[in-house]
Amino acid sequence: MPDYPADSILVLLETSPGGELATSAAGLLGAASLIGTPIALAVVPPGQAQALAEQAAAAGAAKVLAVETNSTQSQLTVPLVDALEAAVAAVDPHAVLVSNSIDGRDIAGRFAARTSAAIAVDAIGVSRDDEGIIAHHSVYGSAYSVDSAATFGPLVVTVRQGAIETRADARPVALEQLDVHASGAASATIDSIEPVIETSSRPELRGATRVVSGGRGLGSAEKFALVEDLADTLGAAIGASRAAVDAGYIPASHQVGQTGVSVSPQLYIALGISGAIQHRAGMQSAKNIIAVNKDPDAPIFEVADFGVVGDVFTIVPQLISALAERKR
Amino acid sequence: MKIVVLVKEVPDTYGERKLDLETGLADRAASEAVLDEISERALEVALSFADSNDAEVVVVSMAPESAAATVRKGLAMGAASAVHVADPALAGADLGLTARVLAAAIRRTGFDLVITGNLSTDGSGGVLPAMLAELLDVPNATALSSVEITADSVSGTRNTDDSTMRVSTKLPAVVSITEALPNARFPNFKGIMAAKKRPFETLSLADLGIEPNDFSVAMSIMTAIAERPPRAAGIKITDEGDGGTKIAEYLIANRLV
Repeated sequence: MPDYPADSILVLLETSPGGELATSAAGLLGAASLIGTPIALAVVPPGQAQALAEQAAAAGAAKVLAVETNSTQSQLTVPLVDALEAAVAAVDPHAVLVSNSIDGRDIAGRFAARTSAAIAVDAIGVSRDDEGIIAHHSVYGSAYSVDSAATFGPLVVTVRQGAIETRADARPVALEQLDVHASGAASATIDSIEPVIETSSRPELRGATRVVSGGRGLGSAEKFALVEDLADTLGAAIGASRAAVDAGYIPASHQVGQTGVSVSPQLYIALGISGAIQHRAGMQSAKNIIAVNKDPDAPIFEVADFGVVGDVFTIVPQLISALAERKR
Repeated sequence: MKIVVLVKEVPDTYGERKLDLETGLADRAASEAVLDEISERALEVALSFADSNDAEVVVVSMAPESAAATVRKGLAMGAASAVHVADPALAGADLGLTARVLAAAIRRTGFDLVITGNLSTDGSGGVLPAMLAELLDVPNATALSSVEITADSVSGTRNTDDSTMRVSTKLPAVVSITEALPNARFPNFKGIMAAKKRPFETLSLADLGIEPNDFSVAMSIMTAIAERPPRAAGIKITDEGDGGTKIAEYLIANRLV
């Protein structure tokens, strides 16, 4: 059996339905590199291990354990838990890092329950002290910072997407096939999978460095185009308040807040958003917040670095042309 | 068919929520406690199936004694009975202990289908449904934005970050639902009156045979907690015809463009 470094950190890589390394992988490998030696686990369709291993090594994986199987196309969660169990048994890592995605949470949850491992969820960072691995959390809409650790054994950590800025140095490709014994645990059947095709050229909301968000103040789906115009001027992602989503101005995938996406961009511009506490919970860790709203008492102004009381329909076009002027 | 719906009392997100900096526990006195909206939607899925099919709906919760009134709301909405696991030794329980307790309560109650919300609004962990499925040795079908239940199966649409899939499984199973599912019904007067007569069982850890301080099991413990300084409001101006220009100047001065 091959030896693994004593400070191994096992990273579960996710792949897109098209077989590409998921965007979460670079952050997970970066986080692992801060606390040990990143060893990656990739579960891929037959024949794709080498290609995946190359992508993972470029993102900092010291070694890639690959499982080639079609079972993840037809069975939900369980084949990945079985693979993770086999990898942890082989590597004996100090921590297991998994993306805090929908699939990642299921895999981490089932794995922790199966092996009675301690689990830390939605971490925004990881570190190490004399006693072991620590997960850092931001709770109640970033009102509190909380650290957690395992009493013993590996800490299973789901890492918030876009939260880790560190990137690991590229490494030479080191691929190893991993044998997995199927647990036979009952699993749901995947009857069909349709990849979501991202048609927009705008940045993804999660992990974006600039976000322009619109609220009910935009008044209609047609007028919401103003948010898009400013976002395009700034190269920003588009967000929205729940009110704007509920009013049908924009799909729910753009919702920022407690029940939507949490963002921590360099710049957050809130247009026609009153700033209900649920919305603020999802964006107030932004480095710079700018707000435009008709209502001078809107709570969004309590967290804005620069707030303008006024009409978005006169202020935003003026802002767009001022920025265009500057580019010329 | 017996459908267990997990419900959770959470601090109202419309108010300020606090953690006790001494204990790290939620300060329940600091904010109003409510039934989590996603729990209500999960219950609605079960109740709307039970409206036209032969099914018994049971709400199960692990929460302090003080949460009994919130759990009772599930009865007022239409659940046939409630199981409330309340034990002082559960204060600060980590996800592992929480999952073991809930799995034991669900097993004791009996189930064909367990329905939960995908993420609570306070913990936002989102891992419990899968943990429960593992401990109960049944399939998990999580993050469903539509659910179809039959006498012996459940299926639905599952939207992940990069795909939309159709999933299905025979019962028993654990499913979690997203807020794409409909809002819950309001308890009516008849429901509120009927709720008083419905079985409400309160269980301790001893009833479930669970030892909370079993140090042979790995636990996640809080090692540090700090309150972030509140964000201070910055400059607020009223537009006098140059608001857009002023924002542009601010962006440029702060090197944000």
